[in-house]
Amino acid sequence: MIVTLLGLACFALLVVSLTPRLVGMAPLPDRIRNVSLFAIMALLITIVGLIQSWNVALALLNLCLISSIMALGVNIQWGYAGLLNVGIMGFAALGGVAAVLISADPVADAWAAGALGIFVSFILAVVTVMAAIYTYRNIAPSMARNLALFAIIVIGLVVIRYFYGPARDAIEDVNPASEGYLGGLGLPIILAWPVGGVFAGLAAWVIGKTALGLRSDYLAIATLGIAEIIVAIIKHEDWLTRGVKNVSGLPRPVPYEIDLQQSQWFVDLATRLGQDPALSSSVFVKLCYAILFAIVLLAVLWLSERALNSPWGRMMRAIRDNEVSANAMGKDVVARHLQVFVLGSIVVGIAGAMLTTLDGQLTPGAYQPLRFTFLIWVMVILGGSGNNWGAVLGGFVVWFFWIQAEPIGSWLMETITSGMAEDNALRIHLLNSTAHMRLMTMGIILLLVLRFSPRGLIPEK
Amino acid sequence: MELLNAFILLSNFVLVPAIAYGSQLALGALGVTLIYGILRFSNFAHGDTMAFGAMVTILFTWWFQSMGISIDPLPTALLALPFGILCCIGFVLATDRIVYRFYRRQKAAPVIFLIASMGVMFVTNGIVRFIIGPNDQQFADGERFIVKARTFKQMTGLEEGLSFKVSQGITVVTAILVVIALFWFLNRTRTGKSMRAYSDNEDLALLSGINPDKVVMVAWIIAATLATIAGTLYGLDKSFKPFTYLQLLLPIFAAAIVGGLGSPIGAIAGGFVIAFSEIMVTYAYKKFIAYLVPESWEPDTLVQLLSTDYKFAVSFMILLLVLLFRPTGIFAGKSV
Repeated sequence: MIVTLLGLACFALLVVSLTPRLVGMAPLPDRIRNVSLFAIMALLITIVGLIQSWNVALALLNLCLISSIMALGVNIQWGYAGLLNVGIMGFAALGGVAAVLISADPVADAWAAGALGIFVSFILAVVTVMAAIYTYRNIAPSMARNLALFAIIVIGLVVIRYFYGPARDAIEDVNPASEGYLGGLGLPIILAWPVGGVFAGLAAWVIGKTALGLRSDYLAIATLGIAEIIVAIIKHEDWLTRGVKNVSGLPRPVPYEIDLQQSQWFVDLATRLGQDPALSSSVFVKLCYAILFAIVLLAVLWLSERALNSPWGRMMRAIRDNEVSANAMGKDVVARHLQVFVLGSIVVGIAGAMLTTLDGQLTPGAYQPLRFTFLIWVMVILGGSGNNWGAVLGGFVVWFFWIQAEPIGSWLMETITSGMAEDNALRIHLLNSTAHMRLMTMGIILLLVLRFSPRGLIPEK
Repeated sequence: MELLNAFILLSNFVLVPAIAYGSQLALGALGVTLIYGILRFSNFAHGDTMAFGAMVTILFTWWFQSMGISIDPLPTALLALPFGILCCIGFVLATDRIVYRFYRRQKAAPVIFLIASMGVMFVTNGIVRFIIGPNDQQFADGERFIVKARTFKQMTGLEEGLSFKVSQGITVVTAILVVIALFWFLNRTRTGKSMRAYSDNEDLALLSGINPDKVVMVAWIIAATLATIAGTLYGLDKSFKPFTYLQLLLPIFAAAIVGGLGSPIGAIAGGFVIAFSEIMVTYAYKKFIAYLVPESWEPDTLVQLLSTDYKFAVSFMILLLVLLFRPTGIFAGKSV
């Protein structure tokens, strides 16, 4: 009940700030509006903490922070440069892979069994691509060249599979119930965050190199494709990521609850605060995560703001608003687009690695485009494309409602169907379908904001 | 004899499935390309429009089945298809009225349309899951095979069987009929010609008195029809699951781009290029080669270039190659 009231109150506030004229109010001054929007958000999370529990509130806060970083990354691409990335899921997943490759313990038997074969096939893949590029560049266009290219690729694939197949099988046979993959480097998981950024940046460079400079939709479709493929690889290459068997038990950058409960200083602290040690240990862990994530968020935000207000940022906006004239001023539009596309993807990759760190496991099946790509888009559009603070706020607001929409939705359905009989088929169907209401709600929010308040909650200056 | 067996084997596992799949992709890509030609944006909601149309068709099929109406040996879904198409047209026209028309009047950038279509996709996806649920639905009935593998073996005395499913037959026949009707419409009727004119040069078309609202409306009607047919055929051939239609978006876009966005012939060619490459690259040729070479040469691996898990990667690779070497597609589409 309280949650619903809360939801309605916030909804009203959001509407007021989105379209003041619609409800007959003068628009609030920028600074007051921005501060009060963030204050409302903080208040909402506090209320969740008071009503539900601090554990829930902090879990919500952590995911809000990660979502905000992803939204910042997308805002760099879309807000600064007008580039449409529909493959956010893929870049986030690459961050997750980085978390596994950096932090999981290496599986020595698997390395002995198949690492060489995998390495050889990787080298062969590089050689094949190089040979194909060399042939393409150095032989005059002709039927013979095309046949040669075809032969190189087919022979390359066959030879690679010759080495790769046995190596993969050997690795996957090593203790398949709990291992069956190469494992990682066993390094601290914090290192995976920048590495995740690098992975995502490399993928973005390849995509950008082919799809930028062509018509705008091509980038969207190419990113849609690369995201599907990255997730397919993560799901099916068991030797790398254990596939759908998941890699669980990744090390943490923060203490474990059980250690806290056994250490004297923590128990003392909890008793002094009058809290149950078991409960406060999990709150403490979440708080540690929140601090780490907040540091990254503030760093990314600070850098983005600096970049946006620098000559580089002005150039990016000039290119976005009029490519032709920016080009005429001597700006290399395609190169700048590539640069900003890679930068934004790096930020998304970092956030992806952070998400896997928070979960403590890589679950490839969890990478759903609706959750990872389109939800982030709603955050950016709702928050205010082109404004970093807007993207951060959008990340908070959308994630908050994405989580809280479920109780609101089921309450709504209960109310609507309360007049029907208990065993009414329609009623049962409606109650079972509330989970899908979230998608529809997000779609409707996206469409409404895009139409009635395209500049979002915190518009670009 | 060995040669014939090899050929039948290939037909059974590559040729027939690829033709059916290609027809489904071609119908989907035709819808995408048509919307691109007339409204000038890539419609991300198309996959979910297919799911919506197929869903309505399924609901009608179940209704007919419960009343005992059937057209045995053909699946009841064919009878329900017109109703599915009508509902889908209504739905698509409603989205155009509520969502896209506003941006059209504003002359918004194609990218804005694209994002709006993402919103529509979200909502459609939600509606479909809300009504029919996220799970697999079976709605195929009637005869399952035109030719069964075993009957084929008995008939011909060959070692390999060739099976031809009813759903595959219906797919191919329907696709041919629909494409003929579409091309007749585009090339012979006044409305079709005005649509082509509008697609080629909007300003000149407007100058010569073509009504843009009518052109747009007809484009949506055709796109919805094609989407429902493609969605239902795909559901009959494989099975209906809302999520798979989201994933079909990639091969459909790849098909439309390979053929050249905005070019109907290109969309058909693209659909078959994608379908054949996807199936040929992921087929294991071990048995096929075994028929052709002496016994001692027989390969001991599967001779599969890429595992079936990566069939999406095939359409994506083709897409990348086209973007790199011929961005306008095989049949030189338009650019924005």
